[in-house]
Amino acid sequence: MPEEKEKKMIDIYVMGRRYKVPEGLTIMTALEYAGYKYVRGCGCRGGFCGACSTVYRNKEDYKLKMDLACQTAVEDGMFLVQLPFVPSVRTMYEVDEVNPEKDDNILLEHYPEIARCVSCNTCTKACPQDIEVMDYVQASLRGDIDRAASLSFDCIQCGLCSIRCPADIKHYHLAQEARRLKGKYIDTLSKQLKERVKELDDYVYDEKFKELVKMTKEEIKKVYDKREFQKGE
Amino acid sequence: MKVNPDHTFLEKVEELSGQSVNACIRCGTCSAGCPFVKEMDVLPERIFKKIVLGDKEGILEKNTMWICAACFTCSVRCPRDIDIAKIMEAVRQIVLRDNIDMIDISKIENIENLPQLAVVGCLRKETG
Amino acid sequence: MIFMDGYLYYPGCTLKTKASDYEESAMAIMEALGKPLVEMDNWYCCGAVQSLTTDDLIHQIAPIRTMCCAQEQGEKVLVTLCDMCYNVLKQANQRMKDQPDDLDTMNDFLDEDPDYLGEVEVYHLFEILRDMKKEISKKVVKPLNNLKITPYYGCMLLRPTGIAIDDTEDPKIMEELLGQIGVDVIDNPKRTECCGSYHTVNRSDIVEKRVEDLVARAVEDGADAIALSCPLCQFNLDYHQRTTDYEIPIFYLTELIALAFGLEVGMKKHWVDPKKMLKEKNILK
Repeated sequence: MPEEKEKKMIDIYVMGRRYKVPEGLTIMTALEYAGYKYVRGCGCRGGFCGACSTVYRNKEDYKLKMDLACQTAVEDGMFLVQLPFVPSVRTMYEVDEVNPEKDDNILLEHYPEIARCVSCNTCTKACPQDIEVMDYVQASLRGDIDRAASLSFDCIQCGLCSIRCPADIKHYHLAQEARRLKGKYIDTLSKQLKERVKELDDYVYDEKFKELVKMTKEEIKKVYDKREFQKGE
Repeated sequence: MKVNPDHTFLEKVEELSGQSVNACIRCGTCSAGCPFVKEMDVLPERIFKKIVLGDKEGILEKNTMWICAACFTCSVRCPRDIDIAKIMEAVRQIVLRDNIDMIDISKIENIENLPQLAVVGCLRKETG
Repeated sequence: MIFMDGYLYYPGCTLKTKASDYEESAMAIMEALGKPLVEMDNWYCCGAVQSLTTDDLIHQIAPIRTMCCAQEQGEKVLVTLCDMCYNVLKQANQRMKDQPDDLDTMNDFLDEDPDYLGEVEVYHLFEILRDMKKEISKKVVKPLNNLKITPYYGCMLLRPTGIAIDDTEDPKIMEELLGQIGVDVIDNPKRTECCGSYHTVNRSDIVEKRVEDLVARAVEDGADAIALSCPLCQFNLDYHQRTTDYEIPIFYLTELIALAFGLEVGMKKHWVDPKKMLKEKNILK
């Protein structure tokens, strides 16, 4: 293929072994170019699922970096390895039985290791989503569930924070609990959601769904672009 | 007293604490003022003797450094100006740095009522 | 100083939940005194206990990060309420001033923030109140005359010597403040003895013995209640009284000042309810 020939080839090192790959590929496609096949550690390929954690170092940079393989371009001299799974145990709880209004220590009870946080900020540096991870751990420790939930909203549960933490904190499980508690106890119930669920129960949109199924890709794109998030918006 | 001496132990304790263990004259002021001395297997000044002798094993099987809560009473009263709390911390650290926890953090009772600073303080002093 | 009329305030991990009575009463009295406490925009848990080894800089990061936050807000004075926060922030800050090499190492590590210059000073609220005695006595509308209170300092305000807010063996700061609000101050020879600290987590037997000893002395000497400022001492003396024969309220000193100022005082998080005693003494209706 003439197009590919024009592309500059660069060296990357996968688990120490050198491969020549075209410049401009993502780490994910570069690995496939080099002959690897994903069994785990690959999901949506769009930066949303958090399955393709990568750990790498660039030439002439002492810092260990973390990113999603599907969102990061390869660079010449990059040393990398995929991290398909982060071992981490989630604390089980019954969301109806833990009420933060009555018990302001819930997050510390379920994840006591957050008391070991030294504010080193390694978690925040590791986060491919640019979340202020250290800040939400600190918010959790001081019982501020609302802030912990809001700060961690963009978390995709890749686990890179938790593999780097010197205090062995399970950040992403902690944050998920904070968001669940916020949804259950802090946020007000959405009136629109209630109405929309009733509309679905009443089959109000059945005809519209049937129309959608018949549409071409281009037509669906147009409808999608014109969509409204909330009624009357 | 049979001792299996570890000759690097004194050096390590002095390096981590920044204190001279040999300056101790065994006057017992530290033990006399310590609010926890009744709970300790061995008095603080006896620990210093063991450190000087290099009796690492003999110290680590005692509870003295884990009972010490770093209240600094001994540190401000020592006539030889030894910051004893720092020596206790050094001995604790020598254990904790082997990734040893002195508390099972999954089994903290009454955690729903504990103020956060108690848990933070305890985990700083008792987990590696 | 940005806050000419107030102080930049560092809460610490416990003041928003278990020790909220302390924060609320302290905020209220400082507001009444015309020097409101203004919470920092951003802050980090100090670690509660100072790390004491020469090489363990990782546990100095959190307090220094907080110093950076104060510096960023253009402040040179930082006020704490919690005794443990005071102790840790003050010791860590002092270490950075005394050992420039440690400060360099710290600034190299904290490369995402501007360097900490070591110019912020840490104060405990009591140090601020000590200098406002005249203002305090002017604000007293309900002197607590028939209340016998004994002060309890614990460890963290007085030791080690280099960071003490008063004489390590014979402090007077709390006695003087209690005197300003009309309290009958009961001498407490055990006021600088440790309450058992973090042993409350896994060795409550040790704490129970300490509390028995401390509360027994206060009661024998005729005190109606104990006044203090450390949230951990407050919890230990308050909660662990259940294993003793005693039942006396454990106040934050700021709660008593607020009562004397005639302010609304919540006292919601106490284990021994102080309201009963305060009603008997005609201080609350």
